[in-house]
Amino acid sequence: MADYLVQFGLPVWLAYGGVALMQCLILLTIMMFAAATFTWMERKVSGRIQDRLGPTRVGGRFGWLQSPADGIKLLCKEDLMPAQADKILFRLAPYISFCASFCVFLALPFSNGWVAQQLNVAAFFILAIAGLEVFGVITAGYASASKWSLYGAMREAAQVVSYEVPFGICVLIPVMVAGTLDLVAIGNMQQGWGINWMIFHSPFMFVTFFIYLTCAVASTNRAPFDLAEAESELVAGFLTEYSGFRWSVFFMAEYGSMTAVSGLAAILFLGGWHGPIPIADLLGLTYSNHAILGWFGELLGACNFLFKAFLGVTFMMWLRWTLPRLRIDQVMTTCLKYCIPLAAAMFVGVMLWTYALPGGILPRKTPMAAVAEAPAWTTVETPGGDRP
Amino acid sequence: MINWHTLFFLLFAVPTCLFAVAVVASANVVRMAMCLIASLAAVAGLYFLAGADFVGAMQLMIYVGGTLVLLVFGVMLTVQGPSVSLKISSANWLMAGLAGGALLIVLLSAVVGIEAWTSKAVAETAPAVEAGHTVAPLGMGLLGIRVDQLSQQDPTLRRGMSGYLLPFEIVSVHLLVVLIGAAHLARAKRRRTASTPATTAPLNPEP
Amino acid sequence: MSFLSFLSQPVSLSHYLIVGAVLFVCGIVCMATKRNAIGVLMGVELVLNGAAVNFVAFSSPFLRADSQLSLGLDGHLITLFIIVLAAAEAAVALAIALCYYNTHATIDVDEGDELKG
Repeated sequence: MADYLVQFGLPVWLAYGGVALMQCLILLTIMMFAAATFTWMERKVSGRIQDRLGPTRVGGRFGWLQSPADGIKLLCKEDLMPAQADKILFRLAPYISFCASFCVFLALPFSNGWVAQQLNVAAFFILAIAGLEVFGVITAGYASASKWSLYGAMREAAQVVSYEVPFGICVLIPVMVAGTLDLVAIGNMQQGWGINWMIFHSPFMFVTFFIYLTCAVASTNRAPFDLAEAESELVAGFLTEYSGFRWSVFFMAEYGSMTAVSGLAAILFLGGWHGPIPIADLLGLTYSNHAILGWFGELLGACNFLFKAFLGVTFMMWLRWTLPRLRIDQVMTTCLKYCIPLAAAMFVGVMLWTYALPGGILPRKTPMAAVAEAPAWTTVETPGGDRP
Repeated sequence: MINWHTLFFLLFAVPTCLFAVAVVASANVVRMAMCLIASLAAVAGLYFLAGADFVGAMQLMIYVGGTLVLLVFGVMLTVQGPSVSLKISSANWLMAGLAGGALLIVLLSAVVGIEAWTSKAVAETAPAVEAGHTVAPLGMGLLGIRVDQLSQQDPTLRRGMSGYLLPFEIVSVHLLVVLIGAAHLARAKRRRTASTPATTAPLNPEP
Repeated sequence: MSFLSFLSQPVSLSHYLIVGAVLFVCGIVCMATKRNAIGVLMGVELVLNGAAVNFVAFSSPFLRADSQLSLGLDGHLITLFIIVLAAAEAAVALAIALCYYNTHATIDVDEGDELKG
């Protein structure tokens, strides 16, 4: 896209800088919008699950005005800081969390080629960046100078480091089948009818998906694994001393990472931007017909992807309001005694399945063909690619 | 005309060095840990910039996301009262500073003095590794097949054709040993002497 | 103006090596001056990273006039081994530090001057 702008005589730095800024703004908007929508949804969904209506009276129809009102309230609230707190780290902590959560979206494709930076190691990169969010929580826990915060931070550190192992294995399994870490290529491999989705690759893969979900919920710190907050035992865990804008930044980071892991699940297991029925192909919305038609096909794909990510987040909300919180030892048991052995067994299972049935039961695309199908302008600049 | 590689290099190299110095200069161990994290994350950026995408992601994943979380965990388990910031005498500082400065001067003179290292890249002539696509060759290398060396005609220039299968296996076993060893070292010990009460499992103390 | 002229020049191998040298020296000084056992461990991490930066720089095809001289994948692989072994080393060192803390009730390495635990 930057190259496209350069053709019109724009200076190189302006074109690349402008495009980078634009992509950042788009992603930021998506994240903010997601946070606002999910706050509202959380209220409604929790209400419905607990057999009440949720917000209805105040704030327009369905109470949709309550999220903007919430946002304004949080912005105007005073940012309190304990006297004993480590001032710099206390201020820094929310932004560490938010940056990590935001950087995940840099490598997460929304549709075929609709990605801020198409990385060759995208799946691995996302896994790595998502693990960094824990630093914000640990920093907050330490800097608050409160025992509740520190307890929360310790739990979070132990939990996230442990769950990174089964989470990594679960990501590795579709990657192994696909033969690439490039998420765009993995998404394109699942083109066609819904039966091509990675989750239907083998029975082992089907089980893997649910292990992935468990680990994803645990690694985003959502109930029933929200031991770091645990309001019934730790006041609010690492968030105890936070208020106002800093608290809302943590909040946005949490919803951002929820969206990110759901999106990753959609790409790795649920066909990415390909729906169960290949509507775009059936209607002829492909690049081979016309560039504009292809663009609309991509748009449809992006909607598909966002819908799947949205479903994932809704599922997490459902879990939160259905299951009671686990104890810390139960959390560790779930990880070490169930998730890791199961994930490892599924890894071997999928490997043997792929070995026994190399083509699968159904004909599939090879990864190389999928890479070749990506439109040419998706190959944006590699880091440091602008050498003289 | 700005050279983008240079600009991004500065963007990553300057924080790397500054935070590394901050690790040394800071007395508070938690601040040190945070500076170390920032420094090593910037190093990952340098790796991406040098065309080592998989190594960069590995640095973020294992170093920053794993090792340093462990380190911070250790800091938090041991940080209390006086051990947050242990001061050392200025004489020691002076000694360390002098020795470090001398070492830095020696290293820098070596780095800048060798002409082959300071010559700028003029053109990309058949890069040894295709930029940013190192995952598959690295994986094959770990399995013992060097796909990047296949086109090399001169057998004396064909380095490491045997690959890295043996080191890979040794590292795997090493990791397992370390895992068991660390768990054994750090396990909660039960005092078996009668004078001190059991530190763990207070419900069924052993006599 | 010299900064701008530096910006317009491509970086060479020695620039990366300077970063590696700074990391290395910082690590050495850190190991020498810190009394906190985990602080010493951080120094070790810095030293290892200094070495890893050098390996990646030597293996990069972009930084020299003659890219045939670069280490190629060997540098990447050695860096991978450095990262993995550093993780192992950190785990063991941390276990030792916790043991030390349990027996001495401090993390100050200067206190650990007797041979019996």
